[in-house]
Amino acid sequence: MQLPVSVGNKAKMLLCRRGWGTGERKLWGCWWSTVVGKVNPRGFKGSCNRTVLLKSDSRTFSPLSTLMSNKCTVKWLHTTAHTVDPKEMGKFKMWAQKWWDEEGVYSALHAMNDIRVPFIRDTLINRVGDHETGSPLAGVTLLDVGCGGGLLSEPLGRLGAVVTGIDPLEDNIKTAQLHKSFDPVLDKLIQYKTSTLEEIVADTAEAFTAVVASEVVEHVADVESFIKCCYRVLKPGGSLFITTINKTTMSYALGIVVAEKIMGIVPDGTHDWEKFISPEELERLLESNGFVMETLNGMLYNPLSGSWRWMENTSLNYAVHAVKVIPPKESSSSESASEQRQKQPETSTSTAL
Amino acid sequence: MSWFKARWVFSGRVLRVAAYPRRCSSSGRDFYDVVISGGGMVGTAMACALGYDPHFSNMRILLLEAGHKKVIDQLPQGYSNRVSAITPGSTALLNRFGAWDHVCNMRVKPFRRMQVWDGCSDAMITFDKEGLEDMGYIVENDVIAAALTRQLEALPKQVEVFYRCRAVGYTWPRPYHIAEANPWVQIELADGRSIQTKLLIGADGQNSIVRAAAYIQNIQWNYDQVALVATLHLSEATENNVAWQRFLPSGPIALLPLSDTCSSLVWSTSTGHAAELLSMDDERFVDTVNSAFWSNDSHSEFIDSAGSLFQSAISLLMPSGYSARQLPPSVAKVDPKSRAMFPLGMGHATEYIRHRVALIGDAAHRVHPLAGQGVNMGFGDVATLSHCLSQVAFIGKDLGSIRHLLAYETERQRHNLMLMAAIDLLKRLYSTKEAPFVLLRTLGLQATNLFSPVKEQIMTFASN
Repeated sequence: MQLPVSVGNKAKMLLCRRGWGTGERKLWGCWWSTVVGKVNPRGFKGSCNRTVLLKSDSRTFSPLSTLMSNKCTVKWLHTTAHTVDPKEMGKFKMWAQKWWDEEGVYSALHAMNDIRVPFIRDTLINRVGDHETGSPLAGVTLLDVGCGGGLLSEPLGRLGAVVTGIDPLEDNIKTAQLHKSFDPVLDKLIQYKTSTLEEIVADTAEAFTAVVASEVVEHVADVESFIKCCYRVLKPGGSLFITTINKTTMSYALGIVVAEKIMGIVPDGTHDWEKFISPEELERLLESNGFVMETLNGMLYNPLSGSWRWMENTSLNYAVHAVKVIPPKESSSSESASEQRQKQPETSTSTAL
Repeated sequence: MSWFKARWVFSGRVLRVAAYPRRCSSSGRDFYDVVISGGGMVGTAMACALGYDPHFSNMRILLLEAGHKKVIDQLPQGYSNRVSAITPGSTALLNRFGAWDHVCNMRVKPFRRMQVWDGCSDAMITFDKEGLEDMGYIVENDVIAAALTRQLEALPKQVEVFYRCRAVGYTWPRPYHIAEANPWVQIELADGRSIQTKLLIGADGQNSIVRAAAYIQNIQWNYDQVALVATLHLSEATENNVAWQRFLPSGPIALLPLSDTCSSLVWSTSTGHAAELLSMDDERFVDTVNSAFWSNDSHSEFIDSAGSLFQSAISLLMPSGYSARQLPPSVAKVDPKSRAMFPLGMGHATEYIRHRVALIGDAAHRVHPLAGQGVNMGFGDVATLSHCLSQVAFIGKDLGSIRHLLAYETERQRHNLMLMAAIDLLKRLYSTKEAPFVLLRTLGLQATNLFSPVKEQIMTFASN
């Protein structure tokens, strides 16, 4: 009679190390919602089409999508005080040369541009109002945090934004710098800097109309201080865009166990599931630090076609748009936040989908 | 009928394709977002399509043309012998950037019906749209070129054109960025200038230099046929809104309306026969043309009776399916000096795209003129490629990105290959007098003619 119990305990201890101890029920809830296609009602204010989700390929492809998405989530942020430990740097250093190979290790990240660029573009266009057709982002100053080889900075620059790309890894910045130097237009619009977010906060307070942190926060240990930094560099009313991986059983089982341990698609240790963050947690952190989350969309990677698309289910990858609230004049912060949120729902869904 | 298009003359110079291109700093002056090589109808249409796209309003596009500028100040009295049948799909493209209005203001003849019939039997097929809408338009190639050029002139900011300019060397980039290597296509021009571009579009005709320099394989064969063209005057003024084509054993002969009294002749036949036709005096030539449309010399009694038996059997089942046979107008005289001939062949590039290179028009595919599809396939390429590039530009992507070029290639090859296979099959099927084949095609054509859903499918496919 003793044996099963002790095995059970051991198993539980093992699982606890991977974070199964806490919020176990919540995780199973998430898993269940993935399997039956139940939608997290939070992100979507539009029509919540259950049948579409049920028959959609989310169940078929979501395992693979997590798996593939891990391949591309190698951008990360290292800050001196609060974030990931420096040994991760070496892991990604050897890939620095491969950023611009569309079919290489970063192919999924290249493909993600097809949805994340329109997401950022349309959101900013809607906020600004009128825009120049040839360069819709003209007049936007944008900070790309963890820019890597400049995969996202370049398209945003081509759309007319003045982009500052920062990355702690010098090899990444060198690759990005060289790549944009060949394009006379981008060469003027984009600036790259080997730096952490914390290092530039003091010099660039309220300097940007938008901050983009794509596939970065899952590598950040202290997300709250990261968000605080984003807040400080944004102009009041500025936009923060985040794309990342959810903290669900599915993302653990497929992203880490299958992709890293079993199939070896992603090098062992690329991701630490503990650092993944759920949209609920992210929203809590954003809203307690002066942001209002306006849009939350799930993303799905189809490894067969090599393309991404939006979906309602956020249990794997997701994208967030949050707006910096104009600094509260005491007491009214929470009210204005909820007020603004009520005003926006229609634009936010139409923008993203 | 894009084989009429002025061809590039390849002087035989060795094209330099360096494996490790040297680094050039892109100063901006010599840097273009898109370079289109070849300013024929398709190349100029490509320049217009991109130039008028709002997402390209801040980009620099360059058109390289070996010939001189094609403008028509005063429309000549006589018709040019080089004409194209323009489908509604192509007019939609030309309309998109305003060139079709110029065409209409110059000279255009719509046709509302097509009649195709066999030289060896009574089998025939007719195509028309409900309510006799326009099925297509016969336009002189010069008119299309002039209309496109005029539209291009209105875009001095986006599109630059170098006339009388030839590329003598292309340096291709490596498939993806490696350290110090220049990522762009570098083009050396005959006058010594060197330019760089994100995307080179080869619209330089059936003997494409871009295709050869990119080592893209081209599958081709000649038909041992030439097309003889001429401008003809009809015996009497008619509505003249039917495009006629008869499949003779020597090749198809087509009469395309130009006006109430004029039609254009396109007669595909053996080289020897064409030379004979070319050297005949006008009167004999006119007689030969008339008898080519009217004569029943190649008929055999067996096929005729089999055909009429089949026809009556079918009309019992589908009494409404019968469509009246019309007789083509008779020709009175031929425009002096309008007779000319061109070699015919088929060719298809195995790939339409490479990293930072795309082929359009005859550079990618060359067809027999029997279906009048040549330039329309080219305009179809323009519509698809410009749509792809517009999307690429709107998401800020590199225009040379192979993922999106692949979408263009897939879509166009799917369409073009089917059309080319059908055209080649028709050409072969109608090149023989052998009774089994004649019987097969006679019955096939009659059945198709009676079965309108199939006809509609054919028309839809061929008019896009």
